[in-house]
Amino acid sequence: MSLVNLLRIAWQALRRNITRSILTMLGIIIGVGAVITSMAIGAGAQAAVLAQIESLGANLVVVIPGAISSGGVSLGTGSRTTLKLPDVDAIASTVPDVAGAAPYSQTSAQVVAGGMNWYTAIGGTTPSYTTVRSWSVAQGRFFTRAEVDQAAKVAVLGNTVQQNLFPEGGAVGSIVIVKNVPFRVIGVLAPKGQSGFGRDQDDIVMVPITTLLDRLTGQAWVQNIFVSAATPEAVPAVVDATERLLRLRHHLTAAQPDDFTIRNIADVQQVRLATSQTQALLLAGIAVVSLVVGGIGNMNIMLVSVTERTREIGLRMAVGARGRDILLQFLVEALTLACLGGLIGIAIGVGTAQGSSALGHWPVIVSPFSILLGFISSLLVGVVFGFYPAQRAAALDPIVALRYE
Amino acid sequence: MTNGAPARGRTMEAAPSSGDPLIDVREMTKVYGEGDTAVRALRGVSLRVQAGEFVAIMGPSGSGKSTFMHLLGCLDRPTSGSYRLAGQEVSRLSGDELAAVRNRRIGFVFQSFNLLARTTAQENVELPLLYAGVPRDMRVQRARALLRQVGLGDRLGHRPSELSGGQQQRVAIARALANGAPLLMADEPTGNLDSASSVEIMTFVRELNRSEGITVVLVTHDVSIAAWSKRVVTFRDGLIIDDRPSAEAVPPQVRDGVLGTAPAPEARP
Ligand SMILES: Nc1ncnc2c1ncn2[C@@H]1O[C@H](COP(=O)(O)OP(=O)(O)OP(=O)(O)O)[C@@H](O)[C@H]1O
Ligand SMILES: [Mg+2]
Repeated sequence: MSLVNLLRIAWQALRRNITRSILTMLGIIIGVGAVITSMAIGAGAQAAVLAQIESLGANLVVVIPGAISSGGVSLGTGSRTTLKLPDVDAIASTVPDVAGAAPYSQTSAQVVAGGMNWYTAIGGTTPSYTTVRSWSVAQGRFFTRAEVDQAAKVAVLGNTVQQNLFPEGGAVGSIVIVKNVPFRVIGVLAPKGQSGFGRDQDDIVMVPITTLLDRLTGQAWVQNIFVSAATPEAVPAVVDATERLLRLRHHLTAAQPDDFTIRNIADVQQVRLATSQTQALLLAGIAVVSLVVGGIGNMNIMLVSVTERTREIGLRMAVGARGRDILLQFLVEALTLACLGGLIGIAIGVGTAQGSSALGHWPVIVSPFSILLGFISSLLVGVVFGFYPAQRAAALDPIVALRYE
Repeated sequence: MTNGAPARGRTMEAAPSSGDPLIDVREMTKVYGEGDTAVRALRGVSLRVQAGEFVAIMGPSGSGKSTFMHLLGCLDRPTSGSYRLAGQEVSRLSGDELAAVRNRRIGFVFQSFNLLARTTAQENVELPLLYAGVPRDMRVQRARALLRQVGLGDRLGHRPSELSGGQQQRVAIARALANGAPLLMADEPTGNLDSASSVEIMTFVRELNRSEGITVVLVTHDVSIAAWSKRVVTFRDGLIIDDRPSAEAVPPQVRDGVLGTAPAPEARP
């Protein structure tokens, strides 16, 4: 029996009972769809974490005010105020192997320029921030140490803010107004893109930390201190030395706990990366389970179909079909369904991944590998779970099959 | 034969050399099951049928008629005994070899038609040709010619559910003839049909036997169907107890009755 005839027989048989065919495919469609979707979400999450590590810098250490208990609960509300600007200078000047240290505080405000306005984040820092976060300036310049000391009313715009306030360009040299304070724009930051959490890092206005504290927030403390170690290997030593220095400066006795927390970004991100890998594995596991369940459902319907079609099989044998013709017919039917189901599943999986990304604002990556994997596994399911029913059909005795009621 | 119907090609099997029977069964037995529950459906049956004969098999229910037909039709293998079909011993062939014999040498017609549901008449007739590996255009051509021959030229695309019982059985006969088999076997072919359709089917079967020389073996419970045959073989308890020309086996009033329902068996040319 030629392949063309086999395909024709299988196709006729499938078309004859559309409902049964769709039911048979359903398991594979869902299984393959789950594989594609979960792999896309898992890959997207991992890529996001990796991108975040890259954008933060692997040598980065962050000091935040307040102690964080092992359970992650902040102790005492007053502890938010423990970090001061002089702490930053002390770290930069006395801790060995420090490439730079920069304070960072943030608030949100409406920024007005001419007829345009834009609600965005206002970050206050010092010139060291550009080194610590390896963030360069695209137009104009960043503010200087002198401008920080004078609490000058100058601002550097993030790329997104510039595009929204100055769609025609000409940002540098213009005046923007934040909380009734006029700032002169002296520069525009290079685009940095999304953070690992999908936040637009370019949606920001940078001003001197002193200006931010004095004129915009009225706070006397800083929210974060970014410390950059000279080399990745120096990170643990920098963490230790910074802790000792700050305890000394905050006059803490040996009995008192830290009133600040030092986070090693690389470590935090490594944990996050490991978590996201575990999540991806878990998702893939669920997908495989649903594929197997789909396959078993597939086999179930094939078995029912073989029973339902016993007389058809008997008749085919009576007019000259050999056992292997029947075996091949049912295998080709199973494979055709698996193939179709796989293709539909891939389409649905890609659609679900993109849709969930659009709705949930998380990144997804549909790799060609996952599509190939989805397709191959659907074929495998077709062969593996189609074989047993096909064999049962082929092993039927023509007389028994013809007499079957 | 319907005028204008294309001649049936005898592609597969030349008639056996004269005198050699088409069917030669010797001491055939068939036992179903084993031990205490064993059923001896056939207990030593011998029968010879020459090419071109028209044999009716009769007998009470459970006497082994269907069992015998299945063995003759190569759908099953005997427990013992020999079966030579056109000179070839087929009782010990493998499953695949039997499938080939069924495909090429035997056309089988069932009481319950056994057409594939949701499948057109034409596709049903093509089925044996498909398994014989006949190319598509030849299959289509042949299936259409056969359906025209059985008077269903205008029903090619109809599905079984859209055909009457008599029409379905005609499709089944067309299918049985598809590969040009010299032997047509039918197990109670009119069992599910009313008398008008039965006469229609029997007229056609006799025509095949007369004009095309196709050997016909059919099982029936109905003497008026047996009246169409030339020879009546009677089974009882797995044995042949009677074998004689139908003229002797069928009571004259039955033959007259059949004669009355035109077309009469011997009245047509
Ligand atoms: N597959 C089987 N397994 C066991 N016993 C069987 C089987 N097929 C037939 N028999 C038995 O063999 C005997 C002959 O059955 P068979 O079907 O040949 O009778 P029959 O003459 O065709 O009867 P009917 O006129 O009712 O169709 C019966 O006793 C039946 O029960
Ligand atoms: Mg019977």
